[in-house]
Parts: sequence; structure tokens; C-alpha cells
Amino acid sequence: MPETTVQSMTIAQAINSGYHCAMEADDKIVLLGEDVAEPIGGVFKTTKDLSTKFGTDRVRATPIAEGAIAGSAVGLALGGYRAVAEVMFFDFTTHVMDQILNHAAKFRYMTGGATPTPVLVTTVVGSSHFGAQHAQSVESWFMHTPGINVCFPSTPADAKGLLMTCLESPDPSLLIQHSGLLYSIKEEVPVGPHRVPLGKAKTVRTGDDVTIVSYGPAVRIAMAAAESLAQDGIEADVIDLRSLVPLDFPAVFESVERTGRCVITHEATQFAGPGAEIAARITEDLFSELQGPVLRVGGLFTPQPFAKTLNRHPTSERVVAKVKQLF
Amino acid sequence: MTDTTLTDRPPRLDVEALERMYSLMLGTALADQRAAAESKAGRLMAAFYPVRGMEAVCAALGETMRTGDKMVSTYRNLGDALAKRMPLRSIIAELYGKAEGCSRGRGGPMHLQDQDVNFTATTGIVGSGMQIAAGLGMAEQLSGDGNAVVVTFGDGATSIGAFHEGMGFVALWKLPVVIVCQNNQWGEHTSIKEYTAAPELAQRAASYGMRAEKVDGFDPMACVAALETALARARAGEGPTFLEFEHYRLTGHTGTADFSYVPKDELAAAMERDPAPTFRKWLLANGHLSEGQIAEVETRVRAELEDAFQFAQNGTDPVQADIYEGVFENDEFARSVDGA
Ligand SMILES: Cc1ncc(C[n+]2csc(CCOP(=O)(O)OP(=O)(O)O)c2C)c(N)n1
Ligand SMILES: [Mg+2]
Repeated sequence: MPETTVQSMTIAQAINSGYHCAMEADDKIVLLGEDVAEPIGGVFKTTKDLSTKFGTDRVRATPIAEGAIAGSAVGLALGGYRAVAEVMFFDFTTHVMDQILNHAAKFRYMTGGATPTPVLVTTVVGSSHFGAQHAQSVESWFMHTPGINVCFPSTPADAKGLLMTCLESPDPSLLIQHSGLLYSIKEEVPVGPHRVPLGKAKTVRTGDDVTIVSYGPAVRIAMAAAESLAQDGIEADVIDLRSLVPLDFPAVFESVERTGRCVITHEATQFAGPGAEIAARITEDLFSELQGPVLRVGGLFTPQPFAKTLNRHPTSERVVAKVKQLF
Repeated sequence: MTDTTLTDRPPRLDVEALERMYSLMLGTALADQRAAAESKAGRLMAAFYPVRGMEAVCAALGETMRTGDKMVSTYRNLGDALAKRMPLRSIIAELYGKAEGCSRGRGGPMHLQDQDVNFTATTGIVGSGMQIAAGLGMAEQLSGDGNAVVVTFGDGATSIGAFHEGMGFVALWKLPVVIVCQNNQWGEHTSIKEYTAAPELAQRAASYGMRAEKVDGFDPMACVAALETALARARAGEGPTFLEFEHYRLTGHTGTADFSYVPKDELAAAMERDPAPTFRKWLLANGHLSEGQIAEVETRVRAELEDAFQFAQNGTDPVQADIYEGVFENDEFARSVDGA
């Protein structure tokens, strides 16, 4: 199907569409995860109809065993297949760490390039009704380990595009989805194969006064902040990074060079979070262009509290306040 | 699960004990129902996991565990919490994320605990409780206090590595742990028939080198008997027991989840053994309690539940200024990194 045919999709539908396209094109793709097969098609519905279409040999509903889901994905990769290891919640990736970070991310290097291990780990973060063990945005754990791509799309088209790119990448990847975004936004997405390159940020709003860098659910926060700032005459460039490894430093630098000011926002814990690396690199490379320090608005240094009256996540108000500190 | 006759009452269980067991079964079932209604009405924003199907096991835990015995539970924990005699108000207040809740609204229903009654820990991570129980078992063994440790979890948890590692520890060092596997035949949407080639969980457990037994989890007195023996052995230093309680999940995985995928005939057969109503019939048929006594229990249970929900709904919301409390014993550093 040509790329020009589009259809309105949510992120969940776009991910599903990405799997359909990729698995049709490449019969070496195998999907492993809890409840991924029909009749459920994934607890988030992202794997709907796949087992019916491609069979339960390729789409396997596994026992509750994330370590083996990840480990057998590694084995499948070494055996010439390409496995998707689906982990229901980001928090449960604690159980895949050994296989993904000690094995998948290092096999290529440790073997002098002989054993690339292209597995894809997909997961969901963002629920607030479960409490501290079902809410952690721990992308920096993965970013900190050399050898694995880390993507966090904020739109349906990017979700499909990044999924398909990861499924063709020669390296292991992590694709994070946000439960608050899975069904809430719809946009036109190519029905056929669609790819978004890794390491290419997207400018979602242009302005010359300040750069707001974000990704995933924080893009909406950044955009709301930008609209509010515009009313006070401050025009923000808003960048959606889309992938964190590789990270599009040239796009960030181009913007900050122009604006001289930068605020980074993400749901991940601010302390030692992704924003720390970005801020450090901007400071190292563009120190003389900066009108003020690079500031961050991240998750507070707390676990996810259950009570709704406690909020550890960035808000547009917090972003606006940080930006105003720079003027 | 075809034999539907219930085992006789052991003499040790007096009328008060039977009343407590019925209260617990009915109380959990009604609390599940009420929480689901509150969620659907949009008044309760919490993912909670009904206990429906396991009420008899929970009631038996309530009659056999002592306050000193420690318990490790899961997200599906209401019956366990009540078995440990946690106050209902502090449970329901936690469900609503209120400051009056057992975890001051920080944990939510998935993380109930009460150190006063040794409802020691609950986890939302499938299988992780088994390892914590091993450590608690070591602590009991080292201290020689003569208490037992009970860990509860579902059938699906027997697939994860954490479970197997914990089983190895418990068996190796003959730790005073009673392992309560609540086999409700489902792990989320997947039936036990589809996720394992070895569905006889008690048989598997025996191969670790520990005593293991399969028990009819719909038969309250059989549950009491199995737990009594296992707890006595643990307290006497005779090592762990794995108890597979076989029953059936009578609801969806979570309180509001669809469960149309559950085969109708299986569910209907299990509903025939629905613990609270079945126990009620048994109590009457065997002359243990009169209609009048049962009506009294039911009125009391409903009133307690109403009181707890009212208490919770009128509770205090935690305030943002206190968000750092409890990250560490001293919250200074956590505040300082965020400039708060
Ligand atoms: C490590 C981990 N993987 C997946 C989940 C998601 N999950 C929560 S409950 C559950 C099913 C557990 O089944 P079982 O152990 O039988 O307990 P039940 O829910 O039936 O009481 C799953 C897969 C989780 N909480 N933790
Ligand atoms: Mg189960």
C-alpha cells in the first residue's frame, strides 16, 4: 500500500497497524508477551488480531515471566529471528534488565561485532490509579547503558513510525508508550509501512525566545506552557525528541543557539534523569550563547504517590514558572 | 472440583469462630461489590482487585493465623488484610487515598499493610512476595519467636523466576513459611491450561523438597484443617508447606474489567460454590447458626462496611506540601534536589 493512504488512528491503533505491516513484510518477526494473543489482543489492545492473522507460533501469549520473555527474545535474535518482548508496565522491566542490559545491549560489542542482537522491548508507563509500582518512567536506566535505542513517541504517526524503524534496526531498542496517550489522541497515520528515523527530533512549535525540550507525555505540557507564555509575549520553540538514544543534539543546539534559553521537561524523575544529560551537553557546547542556565522540570524525587492530591509530574504551570525565571 | 460437599466443623471452631468466618466471607464479597459500584459511578479512582472466589481461604487464614504470624500478600489483598484483622476503616480509607488510610494515602489499595497486626508487606509485582517471605522466614528462624510466615499469591505467579528462587530458599533452610497459592485458574486473561505444561502446582512444589498439598479452596473447613497443620509445623520448626488452594475467579481480573472470555459453564459451576452463600447454607443446614444469628451477622457486616466507606469518603486528602514525607527517613535531601 502506498504511504499516501492514511487513516485516523490512536496510538494504540497505530502501534497495532505497525505490527501488522512489519509482520506481513518480515516473517521472522515474533511477538512475546503476557495476554498478547486473541481474544484479548494485549491488555492495551496494541496486539489486536495479530495472533489470528499470524498464528500463535509467531504471536505467543506467555506465562508471567518477563525474564524469559526478554531472554528468549535475545535467543530468537541470535537464532536469526527478530523478537518483540512486550512488558505490560515499565516498572516490570526490572525483570528484563539482565537479559536486555547485560546481554542484548552488549552482545554485539562483546563479540567484536559478531552477534548483533536486534530485539525490541515495548512497554507502557503512565497509570496513576495503581500507585508506586505501576507508574515509573525509568527510561534513564536504559539510556545509561550503551547499546540500546530508546524511543518515546507522543503521537500516533510517530508511534507507528518508530515501531517500524525499531523493527528494522540492527540494534536492540526500547519503545515506550504512555497510557494517558494511547487512546486520547487521534491523527492521520499512513495505513501502509511508515518509518520515523531514530535520532530525529521534531519541532512542534516555533518561537525565538526560549526552547522547551520534551518527549512523550510532557510534549502536551510543553505545548500548553508555550501557549500560556505566548500570551505574555514569550514565543517558545517546542521540541519533541521522539528518541532519547540516539538523541538529536544538533536539533536541540540549533534551537538553543537561536533562543539563548532552554527548559527541559519530562515525567521521568528529574534527579539524574534524561534532562540532566541534555542540560549538561547544552552547557558544554553553547555556554557563550546562553542567556541563563538550562533549567529542568521533571518528576519530583519521590515514588508515585497513590493519592490524587499529590502530584509529582510536571505541569504547564511549573514549566511556565521556570521559563519566566530566564527573563 | 466436582465434589461439592463441605467438610465438617472441627470441634475447635465455636459459634463465634463460624460467625467470624461468615463475616469475613460476606464482608469481602460486599466490599468488592461496593468498590466496583463506586468505581463505575466515578467516585472511586483506584484499580482494585476483587477477592471473589477466594473468600473461604481468607476466612480460614483468619481463624488459623495468630497476630504474631507475619503475612505477605499481593494486590488482591482485601481478604488477607481482613484475615489479619486489619481495621476496615483504614483499608477503605487507603482505597480512597486518604490520610486516614493504613499507608496514609501514599500506597493505595495495592499496598495495604498494618504493622500492628503483622500484615507485613504487599506487592504489586507478581511473584516478588515469595522472596520477601523467605527473608521473613529467616528472621523468624533466627529470632526463635515461634511465629510463622504466610505468603499468598496467585497460580500465575508460579511462572516467574522470583517465585522459584524464593521456593528454593524456603525449602533449603526449612524456613517456617506457609506458602498459600490461590489457584483461581486465571492469570489476568490467560487460563492455567494455556500457560503451563505442568498445572499440578502442588506436585511441582513437592519437587523443591517441601511438604505440599492440594486443597479444595471452596471448602472452608478443609482450608482450616490444611492451614492448621501447616502453621503448626512451621511454628514447631518442621519446615515449610506449600498449599495449593483450588477455586475459581468469580469476577474479572480487576473490579471493573470485562471477563466475557471466561467460559460460561466453568463460571456457572464455580458460582454454585460461591463461598459466602454456600457457607451460609451449610451453617443453617448443620444447625451451627440460626436464621436469626445469621441475620444479625449480615446486618453488622453491612453496617461496618457502610461506616468504613463513609469514613473514607469523609477523610482528609494528603497535601502536596507533604509529598516528600517518607521517601527517606529524613526528607531533607529529596526536597533539596528539587529545590523544594
Ligand atoms: C512481574 C509482573 N508481571 C506482570 C504483572 C501484571 N499482572 C498483574 S496481576 C497478573 C496476573 C497474576 O495472576 P495470578 O498470579 O494467578 O494472580 P491472580 O491475579 O489470579 O490473583 C499480572 C500478569 C505484574 N503485576 N507483575
Ligand atoms: Mg490466578
